[in-house]
Amino acid sequence: MAGVKVSNVSRSFGAHKALDDVSIDFADGGFYALLGPSGSGKTTLLRQIAGFDFPDSGRIAIGGESVERVPVEKRRIGMVFQNYALFPNMSVADNVAFGLSVRGESKAVIATEVQRALDLVQLGKLGARRPHQLSGGQRQRVALARAIVTKPRVLLLDEPLGALDKALRVDMQIELKRIQREIGITTIFVTHDQEEALTMSDRIGILRDGRLVQEGPPEEIYDRPKSEFAATFLGDANIFRGDATGNGIRLPDGTAIAADVGDRLAAGAKASCAVRPERIRIATNAEAADGQANMLKGQVSKRIFAGNNSTYFVERGGQTLKVIVQNTGADRLAEGQEVVLRWSPQSTVLIAAS
Amino acid sequence: MVTTRILEWLGRLYVGLLLAFLYLPIIIMALMSFNVSPFYQLPFEWTTEWYASLWRNEQLIAATWNSIEIAVITTIISTVLGSAASLALFRYEFRGKKFLQALLFPPIAIPWLITGTAMLIFFFGVGIGRGLFAILLGHVALALPYVIVVVSARLQTFAPELEEAARSLGANQWQVTNRVTLPWIMPGVIAGGLFAFAVSFDQFVVSYFLATPGQTTLPVEIYAAIRKGFTPEINAVSTIIIVVSMALMLLTARFFKFGGEK
Repeated sequence: MAGVKVSNVSRSFGAHKALDDVSIDFADGGFYALLGPSGSGKTTLLRQIAGFDFPDSGRIAIGGESVERVPVEKRRIGMVFQNYALFPNMSVADNVAFGLSVRGESKAVIATEVQRALDLVQLGKLGARRPHQLSGGQRQRVALARAIVTKPRVLLLDEPLGALDKALRVDMQIELKRIQREIGITTIFVTHDQEEALTMSDRIGILRDGRLVQEGPPEEIYDRPKSEFAATFLGDANIFRGDATGNGIRLPDGTAIAADVGDRLAAGAKASCAVRPERIRIATNAEAADGQANMLKGQVSKRIFAGNNSTYFVERGGQTLKVIVQNTGADRLAEGQEVVLRWSPQSTVLIAAS
Repeated sequence: MVTTRILEWLGRLYVGLLLAFLYLPIIIMALMSFNVSPFYQLPFEWTTEWYASLWRNEQLIAATWNSIEIAVITTIISTVLGSAASLALFRYEFRGKKFLQALLFPPIAIPWLITGTAMLIFFFGVGIGRGLFAILLGHVALALPYVIVVVSARLQTFAPELEEAARSLGANQWQVTNRVTLPWIMPGVIAGGLFAFAVSFDQFVVSYFLATPGQTTLPVEIYAAIRKGFTPEINAVSTIIIVVSMALMLLTARFFKFGGEK
């Protein structure tokens, strides 16, 4: 087991900069999500850590040992692929045994370790099956057992749950997290699914166009995004753009928005404010502002009912704002209704214009 | 109802005629190899005399052994080289790869007569001349593209992640190839090998150009024998070859079908 340190790694394919000076510290035993849209470089970064590809510049260390020029087969990592990549010509047990067998372990050791790994992923009785006889979730478990049976220093997962349906995904998220805790292995997990990143990881790194946009615990990134991209990619956010005033921004129409969270910006600079839809209160009148300094008037253009909550789309000054209201049994607002939106400065994140 | 029946009947007739067209000459030849009369005279009288005299025809026996030897060596060399080439083309990106791949196909389309002439001129130019070794080289060159095409087709169905998965588990290049890639492409390799054997064993044109009187293959020897004067021994040896070739083709078909399964 070991931590992974990526320092100033760059990698280009022709004119395309897939990774541009990326540095991240993956702590020993942590569960790390690399989140980004397709083409953001997250898979390229994972492949550099795995050793399938080497960086043009920068350093990668696993457990303090420089590995940026060590090929994958010598890095002692475990990897789970998006499409599972199980060997079709081998049984489940032989798939799991492969890593031990190429290392020349004895038959007895292999049998014990394979059984232990299969038990860990709750497939103890399916060793004799062939991969094509398994369901998607079972294949995923075999792939995981195969990756961890060799006791790798790092576990790398490339969109491992991407091919599973929603219900199975949630099960596997819990399962993966349980197994990761049980063996305490440093885990790096590539995904484009923000919910998956939020629920599973200790820390998230958001990538965009080959650069690390922001990195930190899920709560921190969600509550204190440092860019409009981070605010809108991880979760939903209403973005207001204007000029910094010292304690918030002023919109082009003169409305002031107070912000207590985020960067301190010099007055006059271009800036944005981000507000999560669930932090905004919506009402039909302006009474009882209850200390919530920020207030805007608008008109409901659309309501989407999702059972436990409703999403209101509110038109205001040419902008559509999103407000999520928990279903508390209170009266629902109709489309076309004039409303007042209120929220506190503590719920408002000030972001320097990018 | 009646129309359907007639159509069905016509369909069967069509298939029957087609099979007769394909197999009747072969069956007659096979029967005549067991007939006493050397001039195809009926009534049919059973004999194995022609097989016995074939056994005593040392020239024909020698040519047969040459053919088998050359076909076996051609199969081994072209299957190994061809499979390795297919793997390299599959795994690696390099300058001129597209060009090289494009160059692999035309030899299949070029008439053997022309390939044979070119080889004859070339082998004389470089001092190899004619003979069994020249024939072997020629056959390997002819068979290689077939092996590469068949093995590459099989590799198209191989997921490259499997090799990556094997490497991530600590397997070196040799272990990856042996334990993951080869088992998957094996049906293609075997089919390619059978193709190579057939291309070599049935080869007449190129062999004819490169053979010398003492060093010749079975098809060339049969052709020479027919020119000298036909004997039912030829029927006998042809029957043997047909049985062997058909067995090989049935095997090939089996492996191709196997290759199509998941």
